[in-house]
Amino acid sequence: MTRIVIVGGGTGGTVLANRLVENLDHEVEAGEVEVTLVNDSPDHVYKPTFLYVPFGKKTTDDAVRPLADLVDRRVDLEINRVVDIDTDAKAVELQDGRDTLSYDHLVLATGAKLVPDEIPGLVEGGHHFYGPEGAEQLRDALADFDGGHLVLSVVGVPHMCPAAPVEFTLMADEWFRQRGIRDEVEITYTYPIMRLHGLESVSNWMEPRFEARDIHTETFFNAEAVDPEAGVISSMEGEELDYDLLVAIPPHAGDDLIADSGLGEDGWVAVDRHTLEADHAEDVYAMGDAADVPTSKAGSVAHYEADVVADRIASEVRGQLPTATFDGKTVCFIEAGMDEATFVEFDYEHSPDPRDESRPVHWAKLAYNESYWLTARGLL
Amino acid sequence: MSEQLTADVTIDARGAGCPGPLMDLIGKVKTADSGTVLKLQTSDRGSVTDVPEWVEKAGHELVETVEHDDYWSIYVQKA
Repeated sequence: MTRIVIVGGGTGGTVLANRLVENLDHEVEAGEVEVTLVNDSPDHVYKPTFLYVPFGKKTTDDAVRPLADLVDRRVDLEINRVVDIDTDAKAVELQDGRDTLSYDHLVLATGAKLVPDEIPGLVEGGHHFYGPEGAEQLRDALADFDGGHLVLSVVGVPHMCPAAPVEFTLMADEWFRQRGIRDEVEITYTYPIMRLHGLESVSNWMEPRFEARDIHTETFFNAEAVDPEAGVISSMEGEELDYDLLVAIPPHAGDDLIADSGLGEDGWVAVDRHTLEADHAEDVYAMGDAADVPTSKAGSVAHYEADVVADRIASEVRGQLPTATFDGKTVCFIEAGMDEATFVEFDYEHSPDPRDESRPVHWAKLAYNESYWLTARGLL
Repeated sequence: MSEQLTADVTIDARGAGCPGPLMDLIGKVKTADSGTVLKLQTSDRGSVTDVPEWVEKAGHELVETVEHDDYWSIYVQKA
């Protein structure tokens, strides 16, 4: 019996579990292979939905479906939390009652978590849209906001969905225009490096659009502290910005399990960027936001990586040399307002080339968001 | 001369593309004590101009940039 254990039921883990039982259907039916997906919640969350919640276009319920509805019946779904990984004994320890799960192949798809408390005052003084509670609170704050200085600050890098801060800023601009209060609102976008985005071509795409829409920008702005009483965000570089409404992309971190098990000192699993095999343990893969690869922490990356890891593990189970590799493929839609969007596609060797925004691409993004549930099932 | 440079913290960002090396440096500077010398190893050519630009803006000191065969070592002292 070959035991494959996947930790994490987000996009990467769910697609992988479904692809594995499909790729290895004969072995699974014969009882030679067991695929176990461990997730600490019975729900699967599609996080891109949260971008639309502050503007009243989606609800947080739209982001959630039961994991059991998305996972193939041949997958052993374990709702539990992994509290320890022993890569020498090749076992993971579960939190609730059961001792350990032994594995022959382990895949870590534990995602990224928000750690806003790394910046003093940010929890009290800032909003975000990277989780259900934050998105709902921001929706209420925006509904009450009738003028003043909105600061969108990208505080944490790397962060999930590098397009989202760009999208939020452009959507907020248009939303205020539609509400007839744009003249009462000043918008400032801050970014930690010398340009507006990590990807140079995306930064070049943003510049004229932000200028045309009177969105101010601050580069080399690494937020260090927030003073909620005074309404001030200050940077390591010595800059201070007064704000009336602060929307931050909070610092992110990998699961504590990763550093604790020696798989990556910064909290992201150190992996080969092509094979996705962990550097510091045998028979361990990492994928999605948890893996330290030089591309975006995005759902599309997790999806494409899942295909690669499924192929590699299936080959190993069959005693073949795995040949599938990940080339860094990343695809992201970028909303340019409330009804137009563009998209970027790139990999390790090729930079993105964003085109002018259009309505059809906006509708394509909304249509994909609806059909995402087919992706999770491993069908699209 | 470059052989005599010593660093308190070494950040190996070789293989990472922009803005990885700069963000790795910023992250380490954030938590370092004043006076700490950090060595950033980077194979990204852009770092050679981006890092000094940030160091000047943030008020730290660029100690030296040493070119190796296929990467650079950039020494920065936190103010």
